[in-house]
Amino acid sequence: MYKYNDFDTAFVTERNAQFRAQVARRIDGSLTEDEFKPLRLMNGLYLQLHAYMLRVAVPYGSLNSAQMTQLALLAEKWDKGYGHFTTRQNIQFNWPKLSDVPDMLDALAEVGMHAIQTSGNTIRNVTSDHFAGAAADEIEDPRPVAELIRQWSTDHPEFQFMGRKFKIAVGAAAEDRAVLKAHDLAVRIVQNATGETGYQILVGGGLGRTPMIGQVINDFLPRADLLPYIESVVSVWNQIGRRDNKYKARIKITVHEHGIDDIRARVAARFALIRPSFTGADQELLSEIKTHFAAPNFRSGSTETYGAAYKADPVFRAWADTNLAEHRNETHAIVTISIKKHGATPGDASADQMRAMAELAAKYGYDELRISHQQNVILPHVHKSDLPALHARLKQHDLATANIGLISDIIACPGMDYCALATARAIPVAQQIATRFDALKLEHDIGHLQIKISGCINACGHHHVAHIGILGLDRAGVENYQITLGGDATWTANIGERAGPGFAYDEIVPAVERIVTAYLDLRTDAEETFLETFRRVGMAPFKAALYPEAVKKVA
Amino acid sequence: MTVIVTDTGFGPDTWTAGYQDDTALDLTSDTDPVLLVDRLAAQVQMIRIDFPSFADGRGFTIARQLRLSGYKGHIRAGGHVIADQYAMARRAGFDDVEISDQLAARQPEEQWLARANWQQHDYQARMRGAAPASA
Amino acid sequence: MARIFTPKVVTANALIEGDVIYLTADDHWSRDLAQAELITDEAHAQLRLLKAQSQVATIVGAYLADVKPGDNGPEPTHFREDFRRTGPSNYAHGKQEAEANV
Ligand code: HEM
Ligand code: SF4
Repeated sequence: MYKYNDFDTAFVTERNAQFRAQVARRIDGSLTEDEFKPLRLMNGLYLQLHAYMLRVAVPYGSLNSAQMTQLALLAEKWDKGYGHFTTRQNIQFNWPKLSDVPDMLDALAEVGMHAIQTSGNTIRNVTSDHFAGAAADEIEDPRPVAELIRQWSTDHPEFQFMGRKFKIAVGAAAEDRAVLKAHDLAVRIVQNATGETGYQILVGGGLGRTPMIGQVINDFLPRADLLPYIESVVSVWNQIGRRDNKYKARIKITVHEHGIDDIRARVAARFALIRPSFTGADQELLSEIKTHFAAPNFRSGSTETYGAAYKADPVFRAWADTNLAEHRNETHAIVTISIKKHGATPGDASADQMRAMAELAAKYGYDELRISHQQNVILPHVHKSDLPALHARLKQHDLATANIGLISDIIACPGMDYCALATARAIPVAQQIATRFDALKLEHDIGHLQIKISGCINACGHHHVAHIGILGLDRAGVENYQITLGGDATWTANIGERAGPGFAYDEIVPAVERIVTAYLDLRTDAEETFLETFRRVGMAPFKAALYPEAVKKVA
Repeated sequence: MTVIVTDTGFGPDTWTAGYQDDTALDLTSDTDPVLLVDRLAAQVQMIRIDFPSFADGRGFTIARQLRLSGYKGHIRAGGHVIADQYAMARRAGFDDVEISDQLAARQPEEQWLARANWQQHDYQARMRGAAPASA
Repeated sequence: MARIFTPKVVTANALIEGDVIYLTADDHWSRDLAQAELITDEAHAQLRLLKAQSQVATIVGAYLADVKPGDNGPEPTHFREDFRRTGPSNYAHGKQEAEANV
């Protein structure tokens, strides 16, 4: 785990002092609201429907137990006892007072955390694979590179007042768990034919109003060129990206309008100018950063207690089947703690739960935790013999829901319940779908199925890349929900296809049920997932199930 | 009237030659720095880049491109720049900032001096392993 | 002639607390929509909005929201304003909590 050095600590302290002064200057009139707004946003502070909202960065989703415990303290002391984990590996507090925020930021700094650039037209919190450092399928741990990018992008003088936000993700595994192709810029650590490690760079991905899949701008970048190359991309976009229309300002539109070849040529020219200003200090820093991410000394020892519990306890077995993933050390497992209890708000954890997870990470997980973009919490390294005891403890805190990857493991944005931009609610739809399928006792039979819900066209809930995507809209003053099918958030990334007219608030759960029933009828066998079935049979049979009236009329 | 902000605080404008002849350029924020470099004649001593709004950060990229291309003359940020951006402007390669009297009254000298420490806490300088671009 | 003017209230968020607030007829800010001044005249609405927007040290983001007259004062016409008036639907937080405490 990365630990702040004196430079980082001094930087965050100085930055917090600046923000404290900015709040005071807003109140005394030195700063207008227009001027203050981007400053508070670049420190993670939004104004939402009912209150302010503070978004705290969990860089590349990694944190230790002391940090998680501090998040619990923030939730209790300055909020209403809970926090909301987001799809960008951040945590949001929904009820802080403006005057308390400087104190909250100081409390975060105590454990090496901040809220810098979690919002605003800046380079945002760098995200990564939530199984980084534990996954069996990665070339190397992608987090040192993500940390290097975090430091480089922090307070970058050229990139604090851009046309729009800029999101970067880093991955290094065969499987993409970080939705790389939906980012403004993605760094994929790869090996070329001669076995040399370097970077493949993608640009122009994004969701929102105009979803687009990222394209390769550089197939193999030598390691020492990474920062100057990213700087060149952002610099070119900052200059030529559109500023006349905020819906056309993201780099995906710039790439779309100029074409990837034109952008590649411009970046190459800028790179020639920028590259010499990097003298190699970044590479030394990267080596130093890497030492922070050395894998823990994995314990050896028998995994017999695991095997015994797996045989004897069906509840434990169900949980192990869904919530465990393969670890690169075969005596260990990656544990995903579901923050998706049926009927609860997806991604919300109470202060008590945060503290419990911190304790369990310290006790069983080498002090490491991760936040996933699927709004769950991960203990990346747990020795298999500890799993039964861990599971028992999780049960006590309502954290043992066995549903990872299943239909109730829903991503939902805050929607109209909190968000000032929303056009409809998202959370209650997720709650009702989860409750309904739990009552039907069907979810394990249905298998892998991702539902993702956004409360407006901005697509914070990733609905475009969901197997079943739900977008909440305002149609003449009432909530209306549009369904898309066949989206995919992995290497085979795909934007879901719209199924047809939307559904009213009280029709959306039955509509989802009709889709699922159709899938159960259509699949060749229990092995064929929803996405596979959709790819094989296409939209037509699902459309027929969704709109039986229309079928009747045609007949 | 305007105020010129430097690391030592507020001062008067000492550039008296104006921006009409070919020693000085007055640029808008949508100027393409690449084309500009070709246009840069040897006699140019002063370049002023306009910030039509503090939210338009293109000027920072223009200044940095000028520095990277080897321009050694004066670069000034003019228009709606706020005190909180002073450090960014200096790090990007600007020498000073020109603001209106009205803005100077609302954001007095000490708010700008608070950012005169722009050479400290500079992640990018650390990454590059060299002094900031303007030094 | 001009189209019919939908009644309005002036609403904003409190600068420090962030709470949803409404401008009352006697120039106070109330957290209760029912207390808000119901504005039925367009010119008057603009005047009241300007007055609100000038209070930069106490409020943020003032705008005119559509309402309809009700038995207990103004009521929202759109579900967004209903949420702002009440609080989120997943927890009894915000205004609902305040009510539960009295
Ligand atoms: C609650 C306050 C929030 C506000 C005001 C907000 C605002 C926005 C806006 C305006 C966009 C569209 C940006 C664009 O296309 O230029 C966006 C996209 C996005 N937001 Fe949020 N958001 C909020 C919460 C969240 C939450 C809770 C999450 C995670 C659950 C999230 C994750 C994302 C993601 C992943 C995207 C789309 C990906 C992209 O194209 O960048 N946001 N958000
Ligand atoms: S998708 Fe829309 S409603 Fe949901 S959080 Fe993003 S901006 Fe808000």
